[in-house]
Amino acid sequence: MAVEPDLKIELGKQGVFVTTISEIYNWGRKNSVWPMQFGLACCAIEMIATTMARYDLARFGAEVFRPSPRQADLMIISGTITKKMAPQVVRLYNQMAEPKYVIAMGACAISGGPFKQGYNVLKGIDRYIPVDVHIPGCPPRPEALIHAFMMLQARIDEQPLTGEDRPRHLNAEAQSLFPIPAQGAHDLEPPVNRLVWPLPAPTASCKSAEKCG
Amino acid sequence: MKTAEEILAAIKSALPDAGLELVLNSSPCAQHSLRVAAKDMVAVASFLRADPVLALDFCSNATGVDWPGKEISEKVKVTKVVEGEQTVVEETIKRVEPGYLEAVYHLFSMKNGPTDPGGPVVLRMRTANRTDQVELPSLTPVWRSAEFQEREIFDLFGIVFTGHPDLRRILMWDGFEDHPMRRDYVDPDDFEYEPTPHDEVLKRAEAHKTGAVA
Repeated sequence: MAVEPDLKIELGKQGVFVTTISEIYNWGRKNSVWPMQFGLACCAIEMIATTMARYDLARFGAEVFRPSPRQADLMIISGTITKKMAPQVVRLYNQMAEPKYVIAMGACAISGGPFKQGYNVLKGIDRYIPVDVHIPGCPPRPEALIHAFMMLQARIDEQPLTGEDRPRHLNAEAQSLFPIPAQGAHDLEPPVNRLVWPLPAPTASCKSAEKCG
Repeated sequence: MKTAEEILAAIKSALPDAGLELVLNSSPCAQHSLRVAAKDMVAVASFLRADPVLALDFCSNATGVDWPGKEISEKVKVTKVVEGEQTVVEETIKRVEPGYLEAVYHLFSMKNGPTDPGGPVVLRMRTANRTDQVELPSLTPVWRSAEFQEREIFDLFGIVFTGHPDLRRILMWDGFEDHPMRRDYVDPDDFEYEPTPHDEVLKRAEAHKTGAVA
């Protein structure tokens, strides 16, 4: 940052407010993240509770749940994604305008959860779309969702506006649309988008371990 | 609530030609059921619904059961002439008992309900086999509540209900070809890393580790 924190505090005491473009830009960005209004399963109940008076997500600038993906910034994947639903979730993500973020909420959304070994549940939404924050839990408490939301805000706040790590909406070459899986004869095709979710490659990371996946 | 035997007798007196069989349940719940020949099922169901005493007007549950074919090996003593002498030889004969699919319906009476706390009346019917002759008559015209559940049986077990008004898949997508609740269903290989694999997952993990599967 161009302004040293100590100097900034000192100037602030004297009644001079100093900031940078990226600081005020990110401050605005992080405090108006509007989630999309959709729920997939029981985690959605916790998400609804988070927005209500007791937990009050509005304190973080996310009170407006938009019913249209065109107006939403944040997709909270709240619940089990069945293979029947997965193409629609990816399509909704593609329809969102940049900047867009994804919070995968709960065990099902991040890995398939208790249904992981079933035939009809997607083993984590990060197989098809990039996820910014994962929340474990079955379902996670509203506090966990708020924590995830604050982590997302911290990430937005830290982003430089130029260079390699600049936000996707400032990078014309960044991928914004992701291929929608087709519903095939036996499974989703492809079962995973390797560009988004490279196989965790257990063979490479734990060769010596006897029983590793 | 009438017992399964009494209901069987009532059906037999009304429909003497119906193919009926009592399936006894030896477990403590003693929830006996009636196996009805597929061709007579609609007539039997209509009788059970219309009968003023039984008045089984509510089908609460319809489900499927998959009975895969099993190989039975029996030891049979056969007399054979071995080197000029007659000896008794034990031979093992293997025969395959063909499998079938079964649809099970649980019936209650709303009319008699409050004063009649008995369990459900259970009807069963079987298909001829598990592969090409999987048609059964639909009971949706008799009990409307069977509609979605028969679609579910069609989806997950592959029983084709003739006379069903709208027989489509209900849980899986339309292009899906398998029947996931059948015993011989093989799930898709969408394997991923698990920290503590076991049983089937471990086998798959090892297949992926050795590179047998891409």
